[in-house]
Amino acid sequence: MTHRTHRLVTVLLTCLLAVGARTASAADTSPMQQLERWSAQAGSPGHATRGQQLFNARHGGEWSCSSCHNSPPTTRGQHASTGKPIAPLAPAFNREAFTDTAKVDKWFRRNCKDVLSRECSAGEKADVLAYLLSLKP
Amino acid sequence: MKTTFVLATLLATAFTAHADSGRAMPAQVPKAYTQECAACHVAYPPGMLPAASWRRVMTGLDKHYGTDASLDAATVTQLSAWLQTHAGTYKRVSTEPPDDRITRSPWFERKHRKVDPAVWKLPSVKSPARCAACHTGAEQGDFDDDRLHLPAGLSAQQQRAWRD
Repeated sequence: MTHRTHRLVTVLLTCLLAVGARTASAADTSPMQQLERWSAQAGSPGHATRGQQLFNARHGGEWSCSSCHNSPPTTRGQHASTGKPIAPLAPAFNREAFTDTAKVDKWFRRNCKDVLSRECSAGEKADVLAYLLSLKP
Repeated sequence: MKTTFVLATLLATAFTAHADSGRAMPAQVPKAYTQECAACHVAYPPGMLPAASWRRVMTGLDKHYGTDASLDAATVTQLSAWLQTHAGTYKRVSTEPPDDRITRSPWFERKHRKVDPAVWKLPSVKSPARCAACHTGAEQGDFDDDRLHLPAGLSAQQQRAWRD
């Protein structure tokens, strides 16, 4: 390999690596930090049993959380109307779950509206996190 | 030198894929489109709806086919611009379908006219909007007949109709 082609390859590989590093999105939080965050806001610790009930109940609507995320949410789920695959929600079964604060906030907002027709309280989110963290392989 | 060859081949393949006229998906798909829209449903190619339909979809995200899919203003602006640029570029897309649903477009209905209505209701299909139930390349904007896959649960008669 000539010096020039070697340099070209190095430049190209650096670009590819840089792209790869950017697409592996920023992990700015952890499931445990999210549990602490919601517990602190609610002023009481999350409760796994209450979280499980909330997760599996329909709350008077058509769907429960488990309609798309399965019960228990330890396997790949499927969007109830579009069939789009959904990665397991329980952190022990999905390393990326609850590692991006913006994503956590967005999906709690959207999905609570779909299931409970309102946003969830900090206490409810703490309960759900406690439940999800209690699920182990 | 070998590495250079591999890279050159990779680049050549990438450009060939872009030039493939069978692809309904534009070469550049914004990350937000995949992250926000395609998190819940297949990444519908923007060419499959006319510009006016996309405009209505993007200004009514808080009431998006039964769910609140609202996004921050910057993302809405970015995605709307991209959708407008590529709107209506797919085959024979001109009329605005009822409800701005791709599946109600005349060309869609014509293409699927031989599909038994019961097939759409199979658990393996669920809805005409679930392209990937049969079109294995749907996620990449590839709707070529050669890559169709038979959904589970078709009756013998429906299977015969499929092969016709």
